[in-house]
Amino acid sequence: MNKVLMKGNEAIAEAAIRAGCMHFFGYPITPQTEVAAYFSKKLPKLGGTFLQAESEVAAINMVLGAASAGVRTMTSSSSPGISLKSEGISYIIGSDLPCLIINVQRGGPGLGGIQPSQSDYWQATKAPGHGDSHLLVYAPESVQEIVEYVFTAFDKAEEYRMPAMLLLDGTLGQMMEPVCFDNIPTPKKNEKPWATNGHKNEREHNIVNSLYLKPEELEVKNFERFERYAKVCENEQRYEEYMTEDAEIIIVAIGIAARVSKSAIDEARAMGIKVGLVRPITVYPFPTKAFDKIKENPNVKNILTVELNMGQMTDDVKLALECKKPVELLRHSGGIVPTPKEVLAKLCELNGGNK
Amino acid sequence: MAHNILFAGFGGQGVQFAAKVTTYAGMMSGHEVSLLPSYGPEMRGGTSNCAVRIDSKMIASPIVNEPNILMALNQPSYDKFAEKAEAGGYIIYDDSLIKRSDERTDINVFPIPATKLARENGYTGLANMIALGYMAKKTGFLSLEDIKEGLKKAVPASKAALLDKNIEALDLGYNY
Repeated sequence: MNKVLMKGNEAIAEAAIRAGCMHFFGYPITPQTEVAAYFSKKLPKLGGTFLQAESEVAAINMVLGAASAGVRTMTSSSSPGISLKSEGISYIIGSDLPCLIINVQRGGPGLGGIQPSQSDYWQATKAPGHGDSHLLVYAPESVQEIVEYVFTAFDKAEEYRMPAMLLLDGTLGQMMEPVCFDNIPTPKKNEKPWATNGHKNEREHNIVNSLYLKPEELEVKNFERFERYAKVCENEQRYEEYMTEDAEIIIVAIGIAARVSKSAIDEARAMGIKVGLVRPITVYPFPTKAFDKIKENPNVKNILTVELNMGQMTDDVKLALECKKPVELLRHSGGIVPTPKEVLAKLCELNGGNK
Repeated sequence: MAHNILFAGFGGQGVQFAAKVTTYAGMMSGHEVSLLPSYGPEMRGGTSNCAVRIDSKMIASPIVNEPNILMALNQPSYDKFAEKAEAGGYIIYDDSLIKRSDERTDINVFPIPATKLARENGYTGLANMIALGYMAKKTGFLSLEDIKEGLKKAVPASKAALLDKNIEALDLGYNY
């Protein structure tokens, strides 16, 4: 195994290049600037396009253009920058185009702070832009998993003709871990008969557009898109279960919160507390299937969500459980990451409450 | 084995590099590793710190709240982190720049005038490696050979000429 140490941000860019993404458009913002920096060093030498746009709005519209032409393309930003991009994201969704958007989240709202956060969960999963719209949203927890899901995100975005997002936090962008590129998949070569590329007059010209002035046409378009979303919800749920088999308390957490929770779980298990973790890897679609058994399992006494926001994912957890289990929330906001000690204290409290 | 190490100092003292060398050393010697730097305004002129975890088991969280080894290269870092060090752990600090500000007796504290040694022996800018060599000696967290292997991996090809000086600085600290 050939391992190298890489920052999460660098691994995003390396994985994307290996997945055949030769067109990156971005604008710098902490804590994700290394994504663009890495592309700027590599892409020109490979004959690709690296462009630092004049703004986030420009960058996402360049992605719209490149995606229309049928090439693999992406942009990257952090929370305030993603808000700026949201108009363009909606246009890309409305145009049924695949692309990859990275959000390395920082504390908000407003300019907020620059420390790690998960406070764009609602934005990513419920309202990435205006209109009836969704993204495929992946929330990996390690640098190696970032690499894996960059590939998945591009493939699935093309399969379903919708943009995909990697929803990370500042910790994952900045941290270094060993990563191995030995077993990466071969990027899929999806046919793109809709692309507005050169064709030497051998076919009718294609139009990529998100404007439908007749409401009947727009409604048909939206119903068709939501049929695809239904397929996504049926087929694309991904999650990890960690020590859930005999668990009486189940933590639900993503990204860095999941990793902190795993530390706490290891300590709690050593103390005899039966606790496990469900870690959603896709957050749109939310992995409701992970909760089908849990919600009917009499051994499960408590659910604990651990979030770097005011409790945005907790709503989805309650829905998935159909409110059949009590859900407690441990939260930090503004850029603070909970410590394993805090999580452990909460687990002890919940465990004591059961006796 | 499990080590939660915190490297801290001014931006420019090579804290991040020492952390990277250590992380590579851990990885090359067959352990699980993670490195988490501080980022943002803290780095610019203020204190910079970097958390490294080395473990024989999978690493869950990369965050180090209570280091069992602290390397402090400036006063603000010592003042901020000495109290957080785990009981029974180690503090390696540069006593040519730092006046010890705590009264703890439950940790092993080892001063080394790394910056002064660097200046006097022609290793200006390599106080980080001197302190790292000393840390290896005093804590035994990895062998000196492991750290040298990590160093070889951490020095980019474009700066290979600097490798020998770095190795000498490690030796100087180890033999202090």
